[in-house]
Amino acid sequence: METTVKKYTFKDFSSDQEVRWCPGCDDYVILRSMQKALPEMNVKKEDVVFISGIGCSSRFPYYMNTYGMHSIHGRAPGIASGVKLANPALSVWIITGDGDAMAIGGNHFIHVLRRNIDLNIVLFNNEIYGLTKGQFSPTSLVGQKTKSSPYGNTQPPFSPGELALGAQARFFARIGGNNPKEMSTIFVESHKFKGTSLIEVLQNCVIFNDGCFKNVTDKEVKEDQQIYLEHGKPMIFGKEKDKGLVLNGLKLEVVTIGENGITQEDLLVHNAKEEDPTLHQMLVRMKYPVATGIIRSFDDVTLEERMNDLTAQVKENSNFKKTDDLFFSGETYEVK
Amino acid sequence: MNTAKIKEQPEVLEAVIIRFVGDSGDGMQLTGTQFSDTSAMFGNDIATFPNYPSEIRAPQGSLYGVSGFQVHIGSVEISTPGDEVDLLVAMNPAGLKTNLHAVKPGHTIIVDTDAFTKKNLEKAQYESNPLEDDSLENYRIIEVSMTSLTKEALKGVEGLDNKSITRSKNMFALGMVYWMYDRSTEHTEDFFNKKFKSKPHVIEANTRVLKAGYNYANTLELIPNSYTISPAKMSSGTYRIIMGNTATAWGFLAAAEKSGLELFLGSYPITPATDILHELVKHKHFGVKAFQAEDEIAGIASAIGASFAGDLAITTTSGPGLALKGEALGLAMMIELPLVVVNVQRGGPSTGLPTKTEQSDLLQAMYGRNGESPVIVIAASTPADCFDFAYQACKLALEHMTPVILLTDGYIANGSAPWKVKSVAEMPEIKNNLVIEVKENWHPYDRNEETLARNWAVPGTAGLEHRVGGLEKDKVTGNVSYVPENHEYMTNIRAEKVQRVQNYIPNIETEFAETGDLLVVGWGGTYGSLHTAVKQINEQGYKKIGLAHFNYINPLPKNTKEVLSRFKKVLVCELNNGQFSKVLSSNFSGIELLQFNKVQGLPFGNGELIQKFKQIVA
Repeated sequence: METTVKKYTFKDFSSDQEVRWCPGCDDYVILRSMQKALPEMNVKKEDVVFISGIGCSSRFPYYMNTYGMHSIHGRAPGIASGVKLANPALSVWIITGDGDAMAIGGNHFIHVLRRNIDLNIVLFNNEIYGLTKGQFSPTSLVGQKTKSSPYGNTQPPFSPGELALGAQARFFARIGGNNPKEMSTIFVESHKFKGTSLIEVLQNCVIFNDGCFKNVTDKEVKEDQQIYLEHGKPMIFGKEKDKGLVLNGLKLEVVTIGENGITQEDLLVHNAKEEDPTLHQMLVRMKYPVATGIIRSFDDVTLEERMNDLTAQVKENSNFKKTDDLFFSGETYEVK
Repeated sequence: MNTAKIKEQPEVLEAVIIRFVGDSGDGMQLTGTQFSDTSAMFGNDIATFPNYPSEIRAPQGSLYGVSGFQVHIGSVEISTPGDEVDLLVAMNPAGLKTNLHAVKPGHTIIVDTDAFTKKNLEKAQYESNPLEDDSLENYRIIEVSMTSLTKEALKGVEGLDNKSITRSKNMFALGMVYWMYDRSTEHTEDFFNKKFKSKPHVIEANTRVLKAGYNYANTLELIPNSYTISPAKMSSGTYRIIMGNTATAWGFLAAAEKSGLELFLGSYPITPATDILHELVKHKHFGVKAFQAEDEIAGIASAIGASFAGDLAITTTSGPGLALKGEALGLAMMIELPLVVVNVQRGGPSTGLPTKTEQSDLLQAMYGRNGESPVIVIAASTPADCFDFAYQACKLALEHMTPVILLTDGYIANGSAPWKVKSVAEMPEIKNNLVIEVKENWHPYDRNEETLARNWAVPGTAGLEHRVGGLEKDKVTGNVSYVPENHEYMTNIRAEKVQRVQNYIPNIETEFAETGDLLVVGWGGTYGSLHTAVKQINEQGYKKIGLAHFNYINPLPKNTKEVLSRFKKVLVCELNNGQFSKVLSSNFSGIELLQFNKVQGLPFGNGELIQKFKQIVA
């Protein structure tokens, strides 16, 4: 049953704390997109919880006028899982970065996705450690020069989406840090989705990794370099809306509508709800164009649903209503 | 078969220690449990301890595959499973070899001679058959062809394969021991009837073998008489035999019901703590949310999350796991949330001796976190009082808004003893610091003036939205603060809050002597050993030796220094290299503390304690 909730504005979700990210950081965009998305979710402010780990991104809960916890490095998925299992009525959000989620918190990251608790994870990927001032992260590129790799990074990176799908993620979206409108839409969709949703934001770090996504996200190139996927719609992109994707054998291929007899009907139609993640994985891996939007959104049973069903079953079949029933049951004996 | 002896009046003993040993598959745990349950129902006081190999399915007949179960029963108060045994039942050569050292000279050993084959003797690394050479001449050996007699007894029972026939020989042994100690087979027969309800032939087989063993002992010339142990004087009421880990789990169930909160357990399997998880996952009917996490850190992290959301949150572990949880425990302490961390201590450091007992995590519990991060530390002292201290840990966590570490150990966690069943109604009230109503000018760090506990506003409560975190917070607003004086103030108030718990815990009381020559000091799981030893030495005429056994470690009871000062000498006995001694000396100057330490993965032996006490007072 949907209950109607007071109509909020983004201001209701802004705390009184001064935001202290570097000027020009994409984190401001993410914060504002979230504050604008929340009033669209039909959720009470007191039922919203933000849990973060450690890193620039993880200051986020302090700026939200909701319940929140700025926890310890990499452990937000564990804490958020506990919050949600304790009170499934809450809308629980994990705010994390590439280091927090995939280096120190890698183990928790894959397991939270595998379990499919109804949580929302926003991963700020800037391919660098910002708060510790510029070391390479698990998403930094080979050869990237950073403070801890002055001659170039030698460690090959993870792709967050690829890792997430491998870990059974049911919902994965990707969005540029300069696309507030689409970002808000994705936040609302991820809230609606029952299960763990992961949103990777391609977030520019103006200080330590400026321009890391400029070839993909800059205004001038983004329409040609990104394909914004929407469920049920053909895979079209480009400034002229003339490019599209087809499957050629086991490869995705970019084609131009009107060339070689290609029409819009030949293009792939995005099915985010497909259980088989093969095509989603190909889209995630694709370098040109870079896939954005909701790439995968497969409805599955959540962990808390499984747990609640089991508990209800056990309760129904059990004679134990109070702990005394257990303590005085079975092999007891009387001493007179 | 009319050769049965006319049963003489059994000889009355005060207490007896029996150990059943055999292969992992020989059913020694069941045999021991049946004997102890029967004795408990007869009215004896009991204490038991299992000893099984860490290998899951060790090769048959091997020395390291021996599984044992020791039971100590008495008409007098029994506080430990005991050291040296009066009767050893050895189902194979390996069992005899690995346990012979524990048998009192002159006492009885029952062996299954059918198991003393050339192959089994080789596996047990015997050069000659100990039953045939003179190596056992200091003991009374009762040789029984148990396997053959079991087969004989089962002739004509349909539906049994060879394996299940051989396997029931443990019931033959049990039947014999029942006769020897004048116990009825009735309880065990009832047990068969319930356990194998749908398999009547299995009930018949087991009952037949049990009775065959009983009757065989009756007719056997080698067993001259039987013994009996009269009921112990115990306060009246309903009892049950309980293992320490079960008692811990049940203490949490009781605390959740009493406090009206839902119980959340976040845990990762680790020996010897896992049985608490095993127990709590069963109790979904009470709404217990038990979450097996991907690692120790996620275990405590999920518990912190559940606590933030208003559940009574627990995490359970053993030494190495506590090390992994350290950072998260610091967070729980910093954000001042109620949380109970159970550490069932085992031999350390590192992986150490996982299946053995030790008390060497005390300093880790006290200080094993970065920064100034005091938490409440308490310790249970017997299998049964694990219930009370688990309950108390929850009460302190909820009433004082701080993490509590509950220390138990492998010895009391796996040991069992009678527990006088407690109804939740008779347990003390548990208050909590939940805020339900929105008050004007509310802040997350508003504190109770008496306890200094901060208030607990949980998500879902309108108007109390707030943020907590590991960064230092302003003492009033709860916002992030780097103000130097504020950090010092908050550091001190967190410490003061834990210190004030002194006002809510009982004073330490001594047993056996209030003042005198020697105060024996212990803490946690060594209570049974120390109590027994100090009691015995008093009975031997050393009337000026007292015992002070601590359950509250941080903070210590208010009168601790005064009590320590009443005796000429103080001897701190612990299964580590002097950790509680360090805690005491860092709190109280001017008191000389003698130490008796043991780090062998074993509990204190009665003999070594008494010898040490005598040496000091001599």
